[in-house]
Amino acid sequence: MKKRWYDYLWIASLLYLLLGFVNILFAWLGLLCFFIPLLISAVGGTKGYCNRYCGRGQLFALLGGRFGLSRKQDIPRWMKSKAFRYGFLVFFFAMFFLMLWNTYLVFAGVRDLGQVVTLLWTFRLPWHWAYHGTLFHPGVAQFAFGFYSVMLTSTILGLVTMLLFKPRSWCVYCPMGTMTQLICKAKQGKTPV
Amino acid sequence: MISGKKRRKAAVDPGACVACGCCVKVCPLQAIEIVRGITARVKEELCVGCGKCARECPASVITIREVGA
Repeated sequence: MKKRWYDYLWIASLLYLLLGFVNILFAWLGLLCFFIPLLISAVGGTKGYCNRYCGRGQLFALLGGRFGLSRKQDIPRWMKSKAFRYGFLVFFFAMFFLMLWNTYLVFAGVRDLGQVVTLLWTFRLPWHWAYHGTLFHPGVAQFAFGFYSVMLTSTILGLVTMLLFKPRSWCVYCPMGTMTQLICKAKQGKTPV
Repeated sequence: MISGKKRRKAAVDPGACVACGCCVKVCPLQAIEIVRGITARVKEELCVGCGKCARECPASVITIREVGA
């Protein structure tokens, strides 16, 4: 099948992860992966982002598929259940809002900037070498550290399930995918598919 | 004319589909589509039941079934 420009967006995803090691402020670019899928689903009523533009999904497909880094086994039944998918969505967003709260505390001057990336919501890795100051408030950098933590954590989860199950197993429980599907369902209402 | 010949076709479990679109990318005949961001749907008239989509589906919700022609 003929390759389109958007079939190469995995390069952007890879670049994003690498840039986080160079200057943490690049983490702000990750907001595109939040707003574009939401816009496409809220305005267009489709999962066009997942279906075409998701560079992360492409990266997993490439690593797990062409590079063979996947067992290509069925994902466990519980991982594709609505309870787990919706539960993970709620948990992910609870953690996201906690990160926003921590950012607010730095903006409010209550807390100092923490130059760490928190992996799997638990492990605090020193990341000061990717921080070279900011022209703006330290809170801007705090958001970058927090957002990059979210992105790196979800990449690691995606890589683990890629290895264990099918290349794009992340897509099954990706919070953005679950949310955009919910938006599409809400938009359609009770119209039969 | 009704023939008794059975053909292999892909079938999606729409309730379990996450509409990621992995199946669409691998189908050599464009015989599967994502409908309104909710579920994948097989275009039966195009599907030859090759099974590529079923192997690719990360949620393993596509099966290959024999249907009457």
